[in-house]
Amino acid sequence: MESREPPDQPGSRLAARNERLSSQETSLLDVRGVTKRFGGLVANRDISFGVAAGELVGIIGPNGAGKSTLFDLLTGFQTADAGEVTLDGHAITRLRPDEISRLGVARTFQKLKPFTHMTVLENVMVGAFQKTRDPAHARREAFEALERVGLADRAQAHAQVLSTGQRKRLELARALATKPRLLLMDEVTGGVDLRSIPGLVGLVREVNAGGMALVVIEHNMGVIMDISHRIVALNLGEIIADGSPAVVGRDPRVVEAYLGQAYVR
Amino acid sequence: MPRKLRRVGIAVALVLLVAFPLVVTQPFPRHVMITIFLYAMLAQAWNLLAGYCGQISLGNAVFFGTGAYTSTLLLKHLDLSPWAGMLVGVILAVLLSQCIGYPVFRLRGHYFAIATIAVGEIVGTLMINWDWAGGARGLFVPIKRPDSWVNFQFHQSKQNYYYVALALLLFALWITLRVERSRLGYYLRAIREDQDAAASLGIPVAAYKQRAMALSAGITALGGTFYAQYILFIDPESVFPTALSILICLVAVLGGVGTLWGPLVGAAILIPVGEWTRIAFGGSGKAVDLLVYGALIMLVSVIQPGGIMALARRGRRRTG
Repeated sequence: MESREPPDQPGSRLAARNERLSSQETSLLDVRGVTKRFGGLVANRDISFGVAAGELVGIIGPNGAGKSTLFDLLTGFQTADAGEVTLDGHAITRLRPDEISRLGVARTFQKLKPFTHMTVLENVMVGAFQKTRDPAHARREAFEALERVGLADRAQAHAQVLSTGQRKRLELARALATKPRLLLMDEVTGGVDLRSIPGLVGLVREVNAGGMALVVIEHNMGVIMDISHRIVALNLGEIIADGSPAVVGRDPRVVEAYLGQAYVR
Repeated sequence: MPRKLRRVGIAVALVLLVAFPLVVTQPFPRHVMITIFLYAMLAQAWNLLAGYCGQISLGNAVFFGTGAYTSTLLLKHLDLSPWAGMLVGVILAVLLSQCIGYPVFRLRGHYFAIATIAVGEIVGTLMINWDWAGGARGLFVPIKRPDSWVNFQFHQSKQNYYYVALALLLFALWITLRVERSRLGYYLRAIREDQDAAASLGIPVAAYKQRAMALSAGITALGGTFYAQYILFIDPESVFPTALSILICLVAVLGGVGTLWGPLVGAAILIPVGEWTRIAFGGSGKAVDLLVYGALIMLVSVIQPGGIMALARRGRRRTG
């Protein structure tokens, strides 16, 4: 495990990374050496990791670690300055967001983006239209997606009247309606009241159990440690740990990034 | 039941509109109706781009002028029937809209609106200085006699113009209805609401904006040719001004942006008001209609930013 190595041995880290890359040749999503700069700020530096089909990968890191930027790079909203992202072996690094979406990568946004002046059903229909031109078909698909996330009873409501938790479900349903192979979720429980958290978490688990690969950004440590097969920890734009939840949770660099040097034992 | 009621209502309205020129034979009321149809149609074209897709264009007069000049120049120089000229005008306007859209759609929100004003001003200025196309003096549409559908000129009565205008309006409404109910309509509204979310769901945002612009430009150009054949004189001042672009926008805003009936409702209110002030105050009160427009728009923004259609919906919800 890379995360157990002392940080002052770059040679062995590189070897470990190369080993990891070669073992992930069959992965669905492959991120290799991706770097993104905003002026002097390096938001993502040399990020490499993979997501296997059906895997649920959690991304953690303190505010400003580069998590959302990483999502933007993977989904075409930002273009990497260096490195490559491949989906099923095909480079998607320079594709537009809509092209990446049509290749089967869906996402939700940290700052929710419902189509506020459309009904809940119409919101999801927009997603369903990716696979069909027929409005009746899209309506059926959208309704199914709404049933899946437990929002079917609000289908005719306008999106603007939904609570934050319901909006999260709406974004999830909209993304699911595109029938993706890989879903990137930015903050599953952020801004949601405590009672709604178990429902949302259960939903994420369910979606993953259906075989869809997920990459989830989450600040609630209990949640992310619980649901993830693997955790990638970011700090100041770099990967500081990548491994099973149990291992990453004990990693001194992860603890330090979150709580400061004083808590590292 | 209300759906059935609505269908009956639409059918009755249609019959009344078709019967109108048979009953009312004075030219002025007919002229007012024709003008309402024309502006309703132009506002509907604007509505497709601005109301549904959220791209506030203040340069749609460019497409109106393109339609008017294309058919007139073709008639004048090649003796081409205005109907064929209308078609060529639509094609040119669509091509022009794609050329304009490519750079201008890189801008979002207010910047897009400002850029369309700039484009409108540029084209207007070019036309004023283009001597071959009549320059600032404008062009008289060659008079063809006798009155005939082939010539698209009717000097004896406005009745046929009335039916052409009505048909064009119905065409614009039909297109809008089709857009509204298809995937295109959902996509346009999604782009209006949030471009990033739309893109994340697989919508090629730029391409769909171009489509909305093409539709808008094409329908607007139809209106331009009609105007030229109806008035029989065009100049940059009458078919390319930014004031026209803004009036088109006002009509739709008053009626209700992003709705099927809003532009028609807006035109049915604004145009008679404009005609009435023009008569009541004569040439000296040239700006009074604009004062009234301004006051109406302010009322709409304060009371119901969604326009009269939203006001009607709210009233219905309260009573029903």
